[in-house]
Amino acid sequence: MGRIGRNWGLYVLLLPAVVLLFCFTYIPMYGVMIAFKDYNPVMGISGSPWVGFKHFERFFHSYQFELTIKNTLFISLYSFATFPIPIVFALFVNQMRQNWFRRFFQTVTYMPHFISTVVLVGLMLILLSPGNGLIGNLYRLFGAEAPNLMGSAGLFSSVYVWSDVWQQTGWNSIIFLAALSAVDPSLYEAAKADGASRWQNIWHIDIPMLMPTAITLLILRVGGLLGVGFEKVYLMQNNLNITGSEVISTYVYKVGLLSAQYSFSSAVNLFNTVVNFILLILVNRISRRYSEQSLW
Amino acid sequence: MSRTGIAIKPAAQKTASRRSSDSILEVLLYIWAALVLLITLYPLYFIVIASFSDPSAVGNGQVWFYPKGFTLDGYKELLNHSNIWIGYKNTILYTAVGTLIGLAVNLSAAYALSRKDLFGRRAITLFFIFTMFFNGGLIPTFLTIRDFGLYDTFLVMVLPFAVGVFDIIVARTFFQNSIPPDLWEAAQIDGCGNIRYYVQVVLPLSKAIISVLALWIAVGHWNSYFNALIYLKDKELYPLQLILRNILITNQMQSSMGTGEAAEIAMRLANMLRYSVIIVSTLPIMCIYPFVQKYFNQGVMIGAVKQ
Repeated sequence: MGRIGRNWGLYVLLLPAVVLLFCFTYIPMYGVMIAFKDYNPVMGISGSPWVGFKHFERFFHSYQFELTIKNTLFISLYSFATFPIPIVFALFVNQMRQNWFRRFFQTVTYMPHFISTVVLVGLMLILLSPGNGLIGNLYRLFGAEAPNLMGSAGLFSSVYVWSDVWQQTGWNSIIFLAALSAVDPSLYEAAKADGASRWQNIWHIDIPMLMPTAITLLILRVGGLLGVGFEKVYLMQNNLNITGSEVISTYVYKVGLLSAQYSFSSAVNLFNTVVNFILLILVNRISRRYSEQSLW
Repeated sequence: MSRTGIAIKPAAQKTASRRSSDSILEVLLYIWAALVLLITLYPLYFIVIASFSDPSAVGNGQVWFYPKGFTLDGYKELLNHSNIWIGYKNTILYTAVGTLIGLAVNLSAAYALSRKDLFGRRAITLFFIFTMFFNGGLIPTFLTIRDFGLYDTFLVMVLPFAVGVFDIIVARTFFQNSIPPDLWEAAQIDGCGNIRYYVQVVLPLSKAIISVLALWIAVGHWNSYFNALIYLKDKELYPLQLILRNILITNQMQSSMGTGEAAEIAMRLANMLRYSVIIVSTLPIMCIYPFVQKYFNQGVMIGAVKQ
């Protein structure tokens, strides 16, 4: 008790964050149990009757199950495949010798990160419209018909992933640039003395130095494999692309809030969270065994 | 003599081959950089020139490098939309209040967690970190917020999600690495308590991390629409992003319009409004961020260092 009393001020500083997390993150975790109940607003969370795995079974047997899982996994793996792009980007930026150019380049390429999701999707609708958008005009210049990128279920994942690459590559490279700037300069001097070219520097010094950071981020990404974000998908969704764009998070929102099936929606969400959690633990274990890199 | 001759020759050859491969790299690097700059900037530049152009010229593909049929009608149309300005006002309020709350909550928690003499430090850290991987999900969170009476209030936009665990970790690492523990010992001898020490000594020494966190949190508030979509009903409380969504994406403007010529003019104005609204809503951030950019590398590097 004495140890706490001596530093009571620190606990006062911690208090707001702890209270907020408790109220708005831990209490909802307790509320997850409505996934196993038939939630009734009058009886509340604890008073509603238990129904076991009824809602999970309904989800597994619904025709939405296969579609949402397939879309979520596909979009996720697709964007997972673009994981190396920021690394290559950072390696190139790291090679830029003119400082003013490098700073300018970074300022410009970080910029899209600060565009809101709403504006980004608005931009895409304007630029990618086959009728009077930039893409439409470009195709017409060559006498061709532009594809309807925003209204096609098959192209949805590509539009989603590559617009993300456009928006986030510069920003995502920061952490790798930070890792590269921590490389001991004597390594490069030693390499220079041995007559290494800059290609060889990249290959034999830079890339190995980035591996620990890359693996840590990779593990975190796998943990979110079924967690394709709600915001952008929901904004990009329309009646034309819905079979390619319905993912777990948008489905949870629609059945949960729009049609007020609280228990069912919570069950779908819980399934999603649990799968992600298991994936994270698995990948962390594999990584710890083979590369001695792990989150915990 | 012959020994040095032998030693120099291979080195000279290596230098020559290094130079040619290095200059290929240099050329490729700048071609690549030019392409990346073009792809990043052109779409943004296009929106700017389109906002000053006659929309039919934009639609016909006449606008490529500079505005055609210069007009300010889009910006004039912007002035007629009172809900855009309500949204603007709300967003400024949410951003200002939300950033202050976020900074206060996260920085103080981060500082406390950075202190090695905090009893129960590991357990409290775990309490924070656990929420990064597990949460109640949409519906239980929604029900909780509603039960707290926060649904459709100003507070829901600034309070429930003020804790950013990632921000706390980054700030904690900063405090651990750049505030020397000796300072605390000296202050303690002078009879200074933890809270006064934090406010009067630690915070003034932490401008770099405060600026980075302030930018992160402010941009988050400025750009967020998800919480407003879920927790707000009253249009008077809508932030800019929700209004933008109606204008840019769901086309709520067009559906409320008549037919014939009037509809055509309205369509035209709606299109122009889209360009100008994108610019007006994004400009504030684009103006602020370059000033804080110099702290980014530093901030991320500090955060990336493992505990």
